[in-house]
Formats: sequence, structure tokens, C-alpha cells
Amino acid sequence: MLLRHTPKEINERRALTINPAKTCQPIGAMYAALGVHGCLPHSHGSQGCCAYHRSALTRHYKEPISAGTSSFTEGASVFGGQANLLQAIDNMFTVYEPEVVAVHTTCLSETIGDDLPQIIDKAGKDGKIPAGKHVIYANTPSYVGSHVTGFSNMVKGMARMAESGGHKNGKVNVIPGWVEPADMEEIKRLAGLIGVGIILFPDTSGILNGPLSGEFKMFPEGGVTIEQLKSAGDSIGTLALGEWCSADAARYLDTNNKVPCRVLDIPIGLKATDRFVDALRIIAGVSVPEEVTHERGQLVDMISDMHQYFYHKTVALAGDPDQLIALTEFLVSIDMWPIHIVSGTPGKAFVGRIKELTADLPCQVNVKSDRNADMFLLHQWIKQQPVDLLIGNSYLKYISRDEDIPLVRWGFPILDRVGHQYFPTVGYKGGLRLLEKILTAILDRKDRDDTEQAFELVM
Amino acid sequence: MPAKNSKLARPTPARLKEEILKKYPPKVARKRAKQILINEALENDTPEITANVRTIPGIITMRGCTYAGCKGVIMGPTRDIVNITHGPIGCGFYSWLTRRNQTDASAPDAHNYMTYCFSTDMQDKDIIFGGEKKLEQAIQEAYDLFHPKGIAIFATCPVGLIGDDIHAVAAKMKRKLGDCNVFAFSCEGYKGVSQSAGHHIANNQVFRHLVGQNDEPKPGEYKISLLGEYNIGGDGFEIDRILKKCGITNIATFSGNSSYDQFASAHTADLNAVMCHRSINYVADMLEIKFGIPWVKVNFIGAEATSKSLRKIAQYFGERKLIDRVEEVIAEELPPVKAVAEEVRPRTEGKTAMLFVGGSRAHHYQELFKELGMQTISAGYEFAHRDDYEGRHVLPNLQVDADSRNIEEIEVHPDESRHNPRKSEAEMTELTEAGLKFKEYDGMIPDMNPGAMVIDDLNQYEAEKMVEMLKPDIFCAGIKEKFSIQKLGIPMKQLHSYDSGGPYAGFRGAVNFYHEIDRLVNSRVWGYMKAPWQENPELSATYVWE
Ligand code: SF4
Ligand code: SF4
Repeated sequence: MLLRHTPKEINERRALTINPAKTCQPIGAMYAALGVHGCLPHSHGSQGCCAYHRSALTRHYKEPISAGTSSFTEGASVFGGQANLLQAIDNMFTVYEPEVVAVHTTCLSETIGDDLPQIIDKAGKDGKIPAGKHVIYANTPSYVGSHVTGFSNMVKGMARMAESGGHKNGKVNVIPGWVEPADMEEIKRLAGLIGVGIILFPDTSGILNGPLSGEFKMFPEGGVTIEQLKSAGDSIGTLALGEWCSADAARYLDTNNKVPCRVLDIPIGLKATDRFVDALRIIAGVSVPEEVTHERGQLVDMISDMHQYFYHKTVALAGDPDQLIALTEFLVSIDMWPIHIVSGTPGKAFVGRIKELTADLPCQVNVKSDRNADMFLLHQWIKQQPVDLLIGNSYLKYISRDEDIPLVRWGFPILDRVGHQYFPTVGYKGGLRLLEKILTAILDRKDRDDTEQAFELVM
Repeated sequence: MPAKNSKLARPTPARLKEEILKKYPPKVARKRAKQILINEALENDTPEITANVRTIPGIITMRGCTYAGCKGVIMGPTRDIVNITHGPIGCGFYSWLTRRNQTDASAPDAHNYMTYCFSTDMQDKDIIFGGEKKLEQAIQEAYDLFHPKGIAIFATCPVGLIGDDIHAVAAKMKRKLGDCNVFAFSCEGYKGVSQSAGHHIANNQVFRHLVGQNDEPKPGEYKISLLGEYNIGGDGFEIDRILKKCGITNIATFSGNSSYDQFASAHTADLNAVMCHRSINYVADMLEIKFGIPWVKVNFIGAEATSKSLRKIAQYFGERKLIDRVEEVIAEELPPVKAVAEEVRPRTEGKTAMLFVGGSRAHHYQELFKELGMQTISAGYEFAHRDDYEGRHVLPNLQVDADSRNIEEIEVHPDESRHNPRKSEAEMTELTEAGLKFKEYDGMIPDMNPGAMVIDDLNQYEAEKMVEMLKPDIFCAGIKEKFSIQKLGIPMKQLHSYDSGGPYAGFRGAVNFYHEIDRLVNSRVWGYMKAPWQENPELSATYVWE
């Protein structure tokens, strides 16, 4: 047993987090920043954080992740990191020639209290930011929130670029939340089909699922451009997908640029996608084309075809609030029972939403979100009440193996499988893929466990 | 195979260096110039390189931090100590199972906490009001849950700043718990200039809190400890297999596949064999001063190097039985390895490699490439010091800058009751005269070809330039470098984690490596990068549907 020390009995822990279901803010900021065209993320702190974040993202995407660091030494930690950041900005623009540098802080620079806007302003005045280039920023102290918070903070940093030029551009801002590059592509495709012009930010498609062609482009095609971000202030509205990842930026645009916003769930599963498509069509005043309705019908078809295999199967989930809310709704909608749910990201509303979504289930649902909602607790719940399926990131494979429960890898990070870069799980098409993965896991298990008499060809 | 004829037009090293430096702002260029060295024959001297100096802000470095070196590298591979990261969640999360150090916890009742991540997950109120209480509570909770032999505490950056006294908390909890050794590491990431400082901080505490705890003699003959072997991809298992076959007893490995008890008995070994010079040479020195155990440098990377290292150990013990047994083992193990090398060699001969890793691997792995007839045209370390490049003779002249001065050097004295010189002075002299070198390491540079480029703390921009201009057949570094190199169409082998492979140490490891390199440098994959219509874009004729 690989998690042999995890006891079934649960004793409350107040101080010790074990096997966290979250990580720290800066990695979210780094991921978001990679969705800006020509952007080099920069970690203002000592170099270890940056090395860790780059490694984690590299392992998840199997793509190069470039990012700078202020490489604090003990001196910088005592006297502040201004000199390091100024030098870093100069070096990055000189050596790597990005369009944008996106600075985020770390625990260290936050504890010291470095003032990013002031230092960036000084960099500008000192001529360290070449004409036409930009530095955006986000404060991302990891002792608050989680990687999700960091993502949200950097997206808000992007929204700060928005300008109001006086006349509307006829576009809809879509803030997709922390989804995969393939998901961002799918959102663009859906909007295109419906005929709505959107400004999607961030947009990592094309950047973190790039081709192998014999060329290394540090700044690949793709990503939201600064021009687009500026023009986001003139959009007719903003759709923020996910309260945790996207709403702050949308509300900022609402308050500062008078761009009205609506916060929706990430379009994962049938109902959330329905709401997304419906919202797009209403904002833009168009009718939904037959093609999209057709895709929807395909998803409904698969649900009905395979319903017997979903019906009343129990599931344990670990992940991030926005994703888990949409996923839980989807699972309930196909008659699966998500009964253990943890997210390390704090936010009381999460538990409320999950309780609402699972209110009709005839079984008890354990849900917790906060710093001590970790995978150790999830494992203990599973020991008390076993489940048929796990859905979450690669770390769940240890529980999966010990408890002999199939695992569908979904979320962040996925360190041991591929596909998440290329195949979306948002939209109706994404719903099909998610169901295919769930079914494969369940049916492979059934094939493995069925007796010789019961083993069957047609399923 | 992609065309490699551009190799003929390889720029001279001097041109290349100039080309690299010209993009930098002047201050950066001046600094980097001292860390980029062209290996030239100097009169009885190894050329001097600058190493172990600050990373330049904004330059995309390969390096990690002190915490990573301490918690990740040195303490990570020990299975039965509960490692609690005291800090916000990230540092602990990223060092959770991400290194491929394997462990054998198959014994019934064996403790294994390596699959767990423990953190105090500090919140803003802990940063403002201090985290000592929380740390205390976390230690108590870990103890109540697991009753481990040891609990180790690791400080991350903010902890040093807010002034939590983790050592006092550790001492208090050790007293309180009674049967659990609690100790702490001040390994905040901003200390030193790289992981290297973290190795040092870790090893100091291992020496202080673990080594020498158990005087009970362990059974076995020819007792050694293996220092600086981390069992990545199972390297340590293969080395242990060979040692066992030779009849050599490995008391403790620092720290691959290690357990609390191994460290506790390390002082009962009669010889220390040092693998990774960078991460641990000082421990070997301390063990010698305190307990009288001599050390030799070994290298189990490469079949020839493995044989040499075994012979060194046998020579030290000097008994016919062992010397003969070692020769028997070599005679049995080496020929099949050589046969594989011979089989692979026609496909690898003359190819070129670049190695930029760690503190010793960029040197050790040159052996394996040599065995394949491949040439290392450029190499460098990520976090090593000058002695790892130029040899230990530079040690007395090493300048200690402000960053390194803050890393504690433990002063060690002979242990009153337990210091026991394993060899008399006369014996040591005799062995030295017979060619066995103690406390000696000549570094990477003397083993490299003239004209080879040695680059310390290589960064992403330089790596790209080097690959573009020298077009090596393979490039070795770490995960962060992997895909930017491969995008250029050059196979990249991770030599920190070995990607998914290993072991590469010892005899069986060499065979694995030969096959792996054969796979990489001769893969069809690199020929698929251009579509047919990109290779022949002209529309010479209309398509005939037949
Ligand atoms: S938790 Fe803080 S200190 Fe640790 S990796 Fe994240 S930003 Fe760095
Ligand atoms: S916060 Fe400090 S200790 Fe943690 S990863 Fe960053 S540099 Fe290392």
C-alpha cells in the first residue's frame, strides 16, 4: 500500500495539511499570463518558486514554459527586491524581447512588502520598458487562497489593460477560467459557430499545445493581444465563466469600463453548456445555428444510450471550485452520485452550491473546501464509504491504486497522461469526451471484474 | 534523419562565445563571460571558471532553490521520516513525489511517508502573528497520526522573514514527545545561490541529528557507506546489487532508498565512497574527522567507471578474498555490457552530446557517452562550485562570497570515544603510494576535450544558441529545458529524473543507457517535422486520380 498510513478514523486536524487539494497562487498567475500573446511571465521572489511552477506546468503540458525570476538572495530579502526587479525587467526585454512581461509576486516578496506598481512605474521612467511594450502585474501571496486565486488575480491584471474608447466594438468578452488550451479553442469554436465575435482572455490555445516543427518559438502564435485587451473596455458585455477564476476581472470591467457582466458556470456538461450558449445568443441577439443544436443532441444521445452504466454510480472528486461545481451538476444530471468532494481552495459559497446541486440525492454528500480539505481527508471518507469512481488530478492515482477504484484524470495537474492539451471537456463535444472517459473507466473495470459467465461482448 | 552536414560549418568556440554574449546588456555579458570557458591547454594548469555565484535576475535559469536542494534532493529519498514543510502550501506541493527517487518499503511494517505531502499551509494570519504555534500543533498532529521515528521541519522563504524559531519548536517537541526525533532545517529558498546551499544545510543537520545515534555494529564484511547517491530511477538498487554480489556491505546510502536507521549507523562504516562530490563531499570530510573514516571518490555511472570504483574499494580493504571476488564479478558482468555497447556503437559513434545538469552528472555521464563513442562537446553544472570543475586543489583558494558565507559550516572534532582511524598513517601512505587516491577529485574540466565549452549555470537563451550553432545529436538537462530543446528537433534526455527510464548506474544501468541513447539519437521521430508539402511546395503537375 502506498498510502499505508492513512487511517479510516477521522480525527480533526487544525494545523497539518496532508496531501493538499490545491497549490499556491503564483502558478495560476503564470498559467494565465501564458495566455497573453508574446508574454513572458515573471516571478518576483527567489528562484525556487519559479523553478517549481515552470516544472509543474511543463510536466502537465509537455511544452516549454518560459518565465523569469527575480532570483532574490538573502540581501534582497532584507532590503527589498526593487533592484532585482528593475534589472530583471531590463534583462528580459533585452534578451528575450517579449511584448509583455507579466509580473507576479511570491510569498517572499509579499512578506517583504515590495510595491509592484511603484517598481514597474520606476522601470518605465528609467527607460527599462521599451516603447510599445508592456508590463502587467498581479499580487499573488500564497498564504491567501490558492492557485485559483492567483489565476484570477492575473486575469484581473489583464482587465486593467482595458480602455474605453467611446464606441462599442460589438464584441463579447469571454473569460474562460482555468481551463485547458483545448477548452479555450472549443469556446472560440462555439462562439464562432453561433456567430458572436468574442475577446477571449486569457487564451492559451496554440501556446501550450503547440506543434513540433523544428523551430522553438518562445512566443508562439496565439494568446490574447494587448490590442484586444485594450479593446475589451469597449465590448458590449462580459461573460465570466466561473465565480472563482473569472468573476473578479469581469466585475472590474463592469465597474471601471461600464461593460456589463454575467457570471456563469464553466460550460462543462449539458446544462452549463446550455446556459453558456443561451447567454451568448441573447447578448449578441442571434439565433443558435442548427449545427450547435445537433452537437447538443449528440450529447443527449450518448447520455441516454449509456445511462445504465452511469445510474447511481458513486464518485469522489478533488479539484477546483469552478470545475467541480460544473462537474457535479453534470454528474447529477446523468444520475451519478458525487458523494465525496474536496477542494483546497477556500470559499464558503462552494459548499453551498454543491449542497444545492446534490440536494435531491438520496445519499449523504460529504463536501468540504478550505485549507484542510485535502486528499488525505478525501481518502478517509472513501475508506468510510467506498465509491465506484474517482475524478481528479494525477495525485489521486495513489488512492486509486490502494483502494482499487478506477480514476478519470481531469483537472490540474495531470502528470502521467496526455490528451488534456488537445481534447476539450467543455461544450457539448467536451461533454462527449468526458463521458467517454468515464465510461471507459467504468466498463474497463467491469470487464476486469466480471466472472467468465457474465463477461460479455456487447455493452 | 535530419541533415547534419551543417556540422562542418561549426563556429569556433571563441566565435560562439562572442555570439552568445553580444545579446546581453554589458553588465550581464561581463558576468557571463567568466562563467563560459573554452577548455584550452594551459601550462600545467586547468583554466579557471566562475561558479556558485548569484543567478542574474530575469535570465531564465535552470536553477532551483535551497529548499528544493534540502527537502527535495537530500531529505526527499528517506522514507520513514515525516517531512513537514513549514510555509505556505506551494513549496510542499511541488516537492511532492516529483523526483523519481525510488524506495523499497516492502518490509512488513516498514514506514513510508514519501507518498505523502505534509505542510503547515500557512495563512495570512500566520504570516502576521507568527507560525510557531501552528507548527507545534502540526508536529503533534503528525505524531498522533503516525508515530514516526523522526519528524523533520523545513522552512520556506517567508518563515525566515517573520522570524519563526523552528529549531526551538523542534527541540521543544522532541522533548515533549520523547520517542520521536524532531529536527529542523533553515533552508529558506533565498539562502545561498542555488540548490547547493540546501544540500549543505540538509547534510549538516543529518550529521548533527541522525548520524551516530546507533552504535550497535551492523553485520557484514567490508562496510562502506555510499555518499551522494539518490536512487533516481533505481540507480541505488543496481549499485546495491553489485556491492552485495561482491560481498561489500552498504551501511548507509546518503540518501537514496534510505531510512532513519541507516543514517544512525553511518559512523560504523569503514570507508565512505562519494558519488556526487558536490552535494556531499563535506559530509565525507566530517565523517573522517569525527570518526576516522577515510573517503574516496567513486563513480558508478559507466561500466568501466563502475569496475574502477569496485577495484578502488577492494584495494582499500586490501584483502585477497575481496579483490578476487570483485574481479570475478567484473569478469562476469562486464562482457555482456560490452557486447551491447559494441552492438549499439555503430549507430552512435561520432555523435555529439551536451550535458548541463547538477553537480556531478554532467561529468559522470560523459563516461557513458564515451563508451558509445560519442563526444561531449559542451557541458556545465547547474549549481556546482569551482572544485567540481577544476578539482579539489582549488579549494584553498576559493573565494567565499556573502551568499555562501551565510551557509553554516559545522566545525567537527574527533569524537572522544568513537574516533577510530580505520587505517594507520602508514597504511594510508602505503595505499596512496599504491595509487589509491583519498579525498581527491579532479573535476570535470580535465576530462573534457580541448576546445570543448564549459558553461556554468547555463540559461535558456544560451542553451538555444548552443543547440542552434553546434547542433548536437543529444542534449541533456532537466524538465524545464526538455521541450524548448526538443522543439528545435534535437532529442533531449533528462539527467535529473531520467524522464521515465533508469537505472543507468552500474552494469545493468549502462545497458539501459546505451539502449536509451540509441533510441533517442536514431529515432525516426525527428524526421517527421516537415510535411510533404513543406518539403516540396511547388505544384509540378496536376493530380491524376488513378
Ligand atoms: S507557496 Fe509561496 S514560497 Fe512556496 S512556491 Fe508558492 S509562492 Fe513560492
Ligand atoms: S518560497 Fe522559497 S523555499 Fe519555497 S519554492 Fe520559493 S524559493 Fe523555494
